[in-house]
Amino acid sequence: MRAYLSVFRLRLSMGLQYRTAALAGIATQFFWGFLILMVFVAFYSQSSIDSPISLPQIADYIWLQQAFLALIVLWFRDNELFQLITGGNIAYELCRPSELYGFWYAKLLAQRLSGALLRCFPILLVAAFLPEPYRLNLPATFEAAILSFVALLFGLLILVSISMLIYISTFVTMSPAGSLLLFAVLGEFLAGMIIPIPLMPSWMRSIVYALPFRFTSDFPFRIYSGHIPVNEALKLLPLQLAWLAALVAVGKYTMSKALRRVVVQGG
Amino acid sequence: MITVSGISKSFKVAKRTSGVKSAFKALFRREYTEVAALNDISFAIKPGEIVGYIGPNGAGKSTTIKVMSGILVPDKGSCSIMGYTPWLDRVKYVQNIGVVFGQRSQLWWDVPVIDSFDLLRDIYDVPEAEYQENLKLLTETLDLGDLIHTPVRQLSLGQRMRCEIAASLLHSPSILFLDEPTIGLDAVSKIAVRQFISRINQEKGVTIILTTHDMNDIEALASRILLIGKGTLLYDGDIGTLRDKYVDETADGSSSIEDIIVRMYKEYQIT
Repeated sequence: MRAYLSVFRLRLSMGLQYRTAALAGIATQFFWGFLILMVFVAFYSQSSIDSPISLPQIADYIWLQQAFLALIVLWFRDNELFQLITGGNIAYELCRPSELYGFWYAKLLAQRLSGALLRCFPILLVAAFLPEPYRLNLPATFEAAILSFVALLFGLLILVSISMLIYISTFVTMSPAGSLLLFAVLGEFLAGMIIPIPLMPSWMRSIVYALPFRFTSDFPFRIYSGHIPVNEALKLLPLQLAWLAALVAVGKYTMSKALRRVVVQGG
Repeated sequence: MITVSGISKSFKVAKRTSGVKSAFKALFRREYTEVAALNDISFAIKPGEIVGYIGPNGAGKSTTIKVMSGILVPDKGSCSIMGYTPWLDRVKYVQNIGVVFGQRSQLWWDVPVIDSFDLLRDIYDVPEAEYQENLKLLTETLDLGDLIHTPVRQLSLGQRMRCEIAASLLHSPSILFLDEPTIGLDAVSKIAVRQFISRINQEKGVTIILTTHDMNDIEALASRILLIGKGTLLYDGDIGTLRDKYVDETADGSSSIEDIIVRMYKEYQIT
């Protein structure tokens, strides 16, 4: 346990030293947030039917996505890990008395948390003081706030276990490009990062609800705005945990398979 | 302590001749050749020995080290080190060994060396007192001084190498595998590293397996050598016997160890 905590700490402190990257990230996320929200504001002003999610709830959805981007996107990656696998430095990782899956998991988790810690507060703060309808509203209820925080944390764990699969696939493909692109594009869409899930047609929603991606961002953010009521969220939480357990199990199994076949070339 | 018996390992290598035509052909039919990196290797090593593992480029030295350190799974054969089978009991086993791969790095690139050391302390669960003692000894004998507070990316190859060796010893392993540990070292550091290796061998009784192309390393450290060529173990024994056998009578008395090795490689036809 000490090893996992230690690598978590080291990666966290390392991540916190990239200030310029964080500033650039914040600027980009504001730009995107505004852009997407303006599109929705225009849509909603022309719409005559009752929309399945209200405009203030969309605003919450978008700003939370932008603020916690580092916790919810699959393209956020650790190039060092890819180099470790393709370059052969994995030889050293394999002669450590720790279980590789947990070790890398801790590393990835820390990297994402350090990214989010640097970026989320300025975005949340500024977005909370924007004029209507662009404003990030307060959480629906106190329970919703707590529950969405918990769901976001479990969502983060799910996301890291999905991204572990990308790293594991690199053992076979030797290049991260393919699986990164595939996971990033599909995962982002299925997580409701491109179109909010409540606005999808119902047949598409039934596909999305059958997959784990929505639990990483759509689920916690809709709890926050009250679009998913607390009692319903409590019913879905066990499903989220089940997905987490399943993904970790698959990751551990495939990784142990991959490690048995590993070939460290050169040297 | 270490018993290796009948280890074989082969790699699949995609082969094609140069040019666009054969590249195009390879799209449809790829030809693989099996390269036997190790072929029925057996030896035993007693506690406290220093063994030099030598052979020409591509002979299988590093592959053997990787098998013995639990990284590669061999196709055939068995290996028992301190009662463990490296690739089966990997996590428990590696607690007892230290490995230096001269061509790779285990230090974190963007942070000071000491941060990597502290991480290794936690990974190996080294008690604080033991860690401080080891760190002090390593800093003194490998002359690390200020280096450990410098980010790794700003170190020269030789400086980094000394830190890499230190990193592999923080958890007081009882077996040390050194895969070309003197790459890129200047004369002073080379001698410092050699002295250090024989010191930990004598004082702490660490068993050491060393591969290198610098025969002076071997001569200074190892009394026993293993010679491997094309994946087969060719010689296992005393370095003095080898010297007597391959000494060049036509030359005036003393042949350097380098000459002896070259003649030996020639006789075994492994160059």
